[in-house]
Amino acid sequence: MTLKLGRVVLTVVAIVLAVVWAFPVYWMVNSAFISTAVLQQFTPHFFPGEYFTPSNFAGAIADGSFWGALGMSISITLIVVAFCLVFAFLGAVAISRFKFRGRKTFVLALLLIQMLPAEGLFIAQYKMMSSLGLLNSIIGVSVIYIAAVIPFTVWMLRGFVAGVPAELEEAAMVDGLSRFQAFMRITFPLLAPGLVASGVYAFLQAWNEFTVAVVLLPAEAAQTLPLWLRGFVQASATRETDWGQVMAASTIVAIPVIIFFLIVQGRMTSGLVGGAVKG
Amino acid sequence: MSANSPATRIEPRRSGVPYVLIIPAVVALLAGLAYPLVWQFITAFQDYGLAQQFGKPPEWVGFANFANLVLDGEFWAVLGRSLLFCVVTAFATVVIGVLMAVLMNAVGKVARLILQIAMLLAWATPVAAATTVFIWLFDRRRGVVNYLLDLLPGVDMNRYDWLGHPLTFFLVASILIVWMSVPFVSFAVYAGLTQVSDEVMEAAQIDGANAWQRFWRIVTPIIRPVLSIVLLLQLIWDLRVFAQITLLKDAGSKSGDFDLLGTYIYKLGASANDFGVASAVSIVVLIITLAISWAYVRDLIKEDEAQ
Repeated sequence: MTLKLGRVVLTVVAIVLAVVWAFPVYWMVNSAFISTAVLQQFTPHFFPGEYFTPSNFAGAIADGSFWGALGMSISITLIVVAFCLVFAFLGAVAISRFKFRGRKTFVLALLLIQMLPAEGLFIAQYKMMSSLGLLNSIIGVSVIYIAAVIPFTVWMLRGFVAGVPAELEEAAMVDGLSRFQAFMRITFPLLAPGLVASGVYAFLQAWNEFTVAVVLLPAEAAQTLPLWLRGFVQASATRETDWGQVMAASTIVAIPVIIFFLIVQGRMTSGLVGGAVKG
Repeated sequence: MSANSPATRIEPRRSGVPYVLIIPAVVALLAGLAYPLVWQFITAFQDYGLAQQFGKPPEWVGFANFANLVLDGEFWAVLGRSLLFCVVTAFATVVIGVLMAVLMNAVGKVARLILQIAMLLAWATPVAAATTVFIWLFDRRRGVVNYLLDLLPGVDMNRYDWLGHPLTFFLVASILIVWMSVPFVSFAVYAGLTQVSDEVMEAAQIDGANAWQRFWRIVTPIIRPVLSIVLLLQLIWDLRVFAQITLLKDAGSKSGDFDLLGTYIYKLGASANDFGVASAVSIVVLIITLAISWAYVRDLIKEDEAQ
């Protein structure tokens, strides 16, 4: 009896926490569908109801720099995902399928680099890109993002490659395939979940990144979506913040990521945890 | 670790193949991180201000940049604030994350799924969007937080300006970061908890271990590696948060009392154009980071050697 009661209490606690945790995202979407005139009344509205309006979204998209920022974010993200997947895949194969001099150094370097957050290096990265003439360029930001994302993606993929027993490849080699053929036919197809997980990780990092973008993309014409959102908030705040449009803008930046994340999260979470924990 | 040993068993003749495979990753890391790191290290010992940016060669000044920092009250204020903020936020994140994981493990499937989806929403929201939403939640005039707190009897939060005072500013920043980071911790710990086998727990129960003993003796050792890595990562991430503080400052105050190390470095470099001192602060931060992670890295090296 007490066991059942305890379970009910825990369930209620879990639901309450879920509501608290989801609330900011709910509030963002809720406010995005209510006009600012209504949001400025003192009493908040917990449902759009009769005040429902899609006009905030139209207003946010009509902002002059939205489409440019969207294009910038998409280009950078595609470049980062593509390069990271190829580079990290090759690196992961090297450290999980080969013994070689310097392997330990490489693995340790990957690990140590993960301990260096971007915020400690942005002065030097700014200086480097400005001397190369790569400020406000897609290439400049992408180079930094790729370097920042690679250590973790190698780490993650390493776990996936190591998870496919080399005996399977050996068996195929006994059957007359070359080592390369054996790898491509046996191991590679089994790595699909790992590649998806790493690709999504790279996507999220590149799409959401703010700090490096602030430093390396100072020009208004070269904003990514997070920078556009910041500019949009500031422009709107010159008089009275247009919260309806600002929340619509936040929703536009966040919703694609959230949907994508929810679809693939199972694989990504296990990859993250596996990569971070298995070592 | 043992899982990796069969993989390395294919013993190639000494070949260049692995080197070719790691070249792209190594080049990317050198270009994006190693070169800037070296540049920064050198610049920390140079006088590198506005004149140098217009072509004047930098001058070696030894430890002068560091000496300036030691004498600068603002540096110590920012450093102390950052360390305190980092420790409080990281520990709060890990404690709440572990409790959430234990809760996920204890409730039924439906409640767990609801909780997981709620946490995934927080995890997935981009930092710029999440910070903007928090600014709106805590807005002094029409924020829903002030509205809800006002409903409590005896509480008067009408127009309370959260982002206008350092203490509540960092409280909001901390709540925001905990909200965003707890999901990673609790999913990682939950994954660890699911590795605890029911048979072992039952056997311990039959042997007379109570719930507390079972938690400390069986569960804790299994999730300890997960706990140490997530705590380490949180400490490192929270030490020089930049995005959240910058965006909250946009909405609050530009005063230096609201700076943490990340925004302080940015201010020195971008606004004051003092790259030498900014680099010196970055080096200090890197040293703190290494000190925090040293024990963990040492264990990894040991493990690697033991293999």
